[in-house]
Amino acid sequence: MIVPLGHVFLLAGIIFSMGLVCLVAHRNLIMTLIGVEVMMNAAAIAFVAAALRWQLMEGQAFVLFILAVSAAEISLGLALVVSVYRRTGSIDPDRYDILKW
Amino acid sequence: MTLYGAIFYLLGIIILTATGLAVTRRQPVHAVLYLVVAFLGTAALFFLLGAPLLAAFVVIIYAGAIMVLVLFVIMLLQRSPQELRLLSKWGPATLLGVIFLAVAVAMVLKDSGSGIVLQGAVAQPRDFGRFLFDRYWLAVEIVSILFLVALVAIIHLGKRRDTEEIEKHPSPHPSPPRLPAGRQGGEGKGEGVNYHEEGHS
Repeated sequence: MIVPLGHVFLLAGIIFSMGLVCLVAHRNLIMTLIGVEVMMNAAAIAFVAAALRWQLMEGQAFVLFILAVSAAEISLGLALVVSVYRRTGSIDPDRYDILKW
Repeated sequence: MTLYGAIFYLLGIIILTATGLAVTRRQPVHAVLYLVVAFLGTAALFFLLGAPLLAAFVVIIYAGAIMVLVLFVIMLLQRSPQELRLLSKWGPATLLGVIFLAVAVAMVLKDSGSGIVLQGAVAQPRDFGRFLFDRYWLAVEIVSILFLVALVAIIHLGKRRDTEEIEKHPSPHPSPPRLPAGRQGGEGKGEGVNYHEEGHS
């Protein structure tokens, strides 16, 4: 007997929207990636709560895959950030205009 | 309110505060440090919700590996923009997001199923691992292939392309003329090694 399921979902939803704001508000590619991480974290919390609610382990297995995908995503994203920084000297996505003419 | 309930709300407050501080910092380093706190709180929450193995994974992977990786990349880049975007650019999108969140909250509160109180249960790491490799072994293999693909892509992206570097910043030392074949070392042995040694001397 811990808490109602809805409270965990509310917590996850608030964290998810925080990550969304972080994603769109910052002019820094690293902060964008951090926002994506926060959103994945919120999704993982919701999955674990659902796994406990229905007493099934599928939810926890899915959290493991979320973890793996998020690790791959952040490492690839950071490699892209470093690559684009080498190419343009900036990590502000508003200043990329190579494809503009 | 039971003891577990009190722990849950305490952890929730910690996670929300740390995440809120993290997403509003201008300095990415500060954001990462607050985010480590948030991930440790998340790990404790997973432990409370009966997933000890996932709690350990979150501490090791998220708070340990990923955040240190982000810190390294932040140190690698010198100039990072710290100002936020203009509110007029991201305000409408966020407004729609807030409306969406309000609808979702209303749905969760109205739904009768959300009032069900969670019963404590623990998925022992042994049972969980057995379950995972019993029924989802294919997904585990696919995830490992995903990691392999990501690794190859990162190596490809991180490779410094020499032609591109020369085009952008012509190096102060012009590349030395290629040596005649007789002065190089072994036949199959790195042409590049001798080349660089000659260039620096």
